[in-house]
Amino acid sequence: MKRFSSAIAMSLTVGAAAVTAGTRDYIYVVGSSTVYPFATVVAEHFGKVTKFKTPKIESTGSGGGMKLFCQGVGVKHPDITNASRRIKKSEFDKCQANGVKEIIEIKIGYDGIAIANSREAPRFNLSRKDMFLALAKDVPDPKAPESSKLLPNPYSTWKEVNPALPAYKIEVLGPPPTSGTRDAFAELAMEGGCKKFAWISQLKKESKKAKKAGNKVLAKQLKNKYKAICHGVREDGKYIEAGENDNLIVQKLEANSKALGVFGYSYLEQNEDRIQGSLVDGVPPEFELIANGQYPVSRPLYMYVKEAHVGKIPGIKEFLAEFASDKVWGDEGYLLDKGLIPMPKEEREEYRKAATQLIPMKF
Amino acid sequence: MSDRIKATVKRRQVREAIEQSLIRRRKRNRRFRMLGLGAVILGMLFLGIMFSSIISKGYSAFALTDIQLEIYFDPEVIDPQGGRNPDVLASAAYGKLVKAALRKEYPEVKKRKEKRKLYRLVSTGAIQQLRDLVLSDPAIIGSRKKLWLIADDDVDQYYKHGENQSRLKGQQLAWVAQLRAKDALKTSFNTNFFTAGDSREPELAGIRGAVVGSFFVIMITLGLSLPLGVAAAIYLEEFSPRNHWTDFVEININNLAAVPSIVFGLLGLAVYINFFELPRSAPLVGGLVLTLMTLPTIIIASRAALKSVPPSIREAALGMGASKMQMVFHHVLPLAMPGMLTGTIIGLAQALGETAPLLMIGMVAFIVDIPGSILDPATVLPVQIYLWADSPERAFTERTSAAILVLLAFLVLMNLVAIWLRRKFEKRW
Repeated sequence: MKRFSSAIAMSLTVGAAAVTAGTRDYIYVVGSSTVYPFATVVAEHFGKVTKFKTPKIESTGSGGGMKLFCQGVGVKHPDITNASRRIKKSEFDKCQANGVKEIIEIKIGYDGIAIANSREAPRFNLSRKDMFLALAKDVPDPKAPESSKLLPNPYSTWKEVNPALPAYKIEVLGPPPTSGTRDAFAELAMEGGCKKFAWISQLKKESKKAKKAGNKVLAKQLKNKYKAICHGVREDGKYIEAGENDNLIVQKLEANSKALGVFGYSYLEQNEDRIQGSLVDGVPPEFELIANGQYPVSRPLYMYVKEAHVGKIPGIKEFLAEFASDKVWGDEGYLLDKGLIPMPKEEREEYRKAATQLIPMKF
Repeated sequence: MSDRIKATVKRRQVREAIEQSLIRRRKRNRRFRMLGLGAVILGMLFLGIMFSSIISKGYSAFALTDIQLEIYFDPEVIDPQGGRNPDVLASAAYGKLVKAALRKEYPEVKKRKEKRKLYRLVSTGAIQQLRDLVLSDPAIIGSRKKLWLIADDDVDQYYKHGENQSRLKGQQLAWVAQLRAKDALKTSFNTNFFTAGDSREPELAGIRGAVVGSFFVIMITLGLSLPLGVAAAIYLEEFSPRNHWTDFVEININNLAAVPSIVFGLLGLAVYINFFELPRSAPLVGGLVLTLMTLPTIIIASRAALKSVPPSIREAALGMGASKMQMVFHHVLPLAMPGMLTGTIIGLAQALGETAPLLMIGMVAFIVDIPGSILDPATVLPVQIYLWADSPERAFTERTSAAILVLLAFLVLMNLVAIWLRRKFEKRW
């Protein structure tokens, strides 16, 4: 017992010494759970083929990652954050205020969002407008869609939304509001359909006009109204929040052939024998179609690097060079096997330059 | 005459009434016993369902598929200069050897796209295997050898579970069937699972990193919470005066035992990481947080153990002239120790299975390297299970269940030790 407690005491003092020394010999990455499967593969590979330690990657979500990233410069703060959306102006300003001045922005590729169902059911052919009408909290009056009157969503089957769709009950399993996937789904799929109503898209135009005219209050009001209509998801049980675990959604889809699920393309790719991706505006979620931008519900993935840490933490430069090489993110790179959609060649060159020459972003 | 008849009638009535009520009582008794038995059976049933589902899903993760290929250790690829410098040998492109072997095996595959599919049959772990072979014996360079290499997880799933559990398609199925016909596929015990750290390739992923992390965390928790908990219990039970203040402390300890564990995680984040600036993801912080969580359990169990020591022993010791401290440490504590240890082990078993508080302090992370000290980043077993359950690759499903099995084995072991300690050292008065 005595020996044991002295061993503990010793390890504690050793620990305290190491903490005060303030060093870290591995790269510390935080951020999006969507980028996590890709970043981890690169990190593992990097750890194996170089003399550096394997970077540590924490999956905190895009917003959570930005918060940690922008807290300051120093070994206890992360070196890199991943995001499934671009950094926001407010986040960038927070970074600046906390001394994180030079940030390198690297786009790493694209991710499609699949709307899928069981292989036992017919494949859906959805338009973005269908998705908006089926899932929005309030929708324009079906009798007079251009009358700028909103009704609580009256649709209960897909057939009511669009006669071409099956008469299944509307039942969509998707991520909760904290998820980047949900943000992207609302922004790309629902807003895309929402804009099809002239009077709603007029709101956005008027908001911009008001902003130009200097009326910030009105601009904000209109913008918020527009967002509330387009991004608001119904809460009457037709949209089921299934948590962040996409595997769980896949399992539930298998059990319930009438339900649809919303998740990242990589999960569809891994489970294509059980589930099928719905066509969106007539385009199936297939690799080439997401890569060339035809599939409408896809989003870019980013990585943000603290330039102040380059040189202080060993391996950052090499890690970036590895990430930005064609054997990783190129047309035949190994991230492709994990479901990442690569960028076109010119875009890759542009971001490779930023990554290897450490060019900070401007906002 | 009539009186006697009346009396017999009355006696009979009474007996009948008694008999009837007896029947009712027995029925009730039986019903209650059946209900109790039913509850136990139901509980066992759920336990059985849980175990059979985990075992049936997880057992296959302990086997791993290998592919036999004839590898030519091409000196041109490994060491063109011929210097046999270990650095050169370590950084050679061993992937090329595997690809060459596959091309030789399937000379009909010509198209670039098809080749990519072909290369995907063998795991990237094969590169590591070849590198280790060459580094341990450089004389192997230049020779040809038939070797068993780790198969990709898709091949592994196909070989173990059949076609409809795998992503292999078309040509790949034909290639694998060809290998199978030549007996160039086999399963062996998955040692990787116990010797490797986490990986994004299911066939290379292992639990060693998580087990070592769990070990560090539990050791810190034990080393801090046992002395603190026992000291607190002894003070409260043997030395402190009974007053409102100690009542207040007691109520607080009992409440702390019921506080949701995530709250301790938030506390750990605020105090240890943000204030004391300890490193995130370190087992040290995890152990400190879990210490907070297990302390109340240990204090409560230890106090109960102290209470169960009869007062006569204390009185006898004091009567023989022992000081209060001697009385506690020479007589009461040894008798209470088995109960305290049981409480401690149960508290630690709870800590071993905890995930929520560790989420907050950054122990939920992708960590490949095996932690070497309590300050290296680490995960623990339940967190590893959580991470694998969320991974897209199908082959992680069975690994998730297998990791659960390992965790359950540890928990059962700890509880058995607790029971054994109690049986062996418990004294009855």
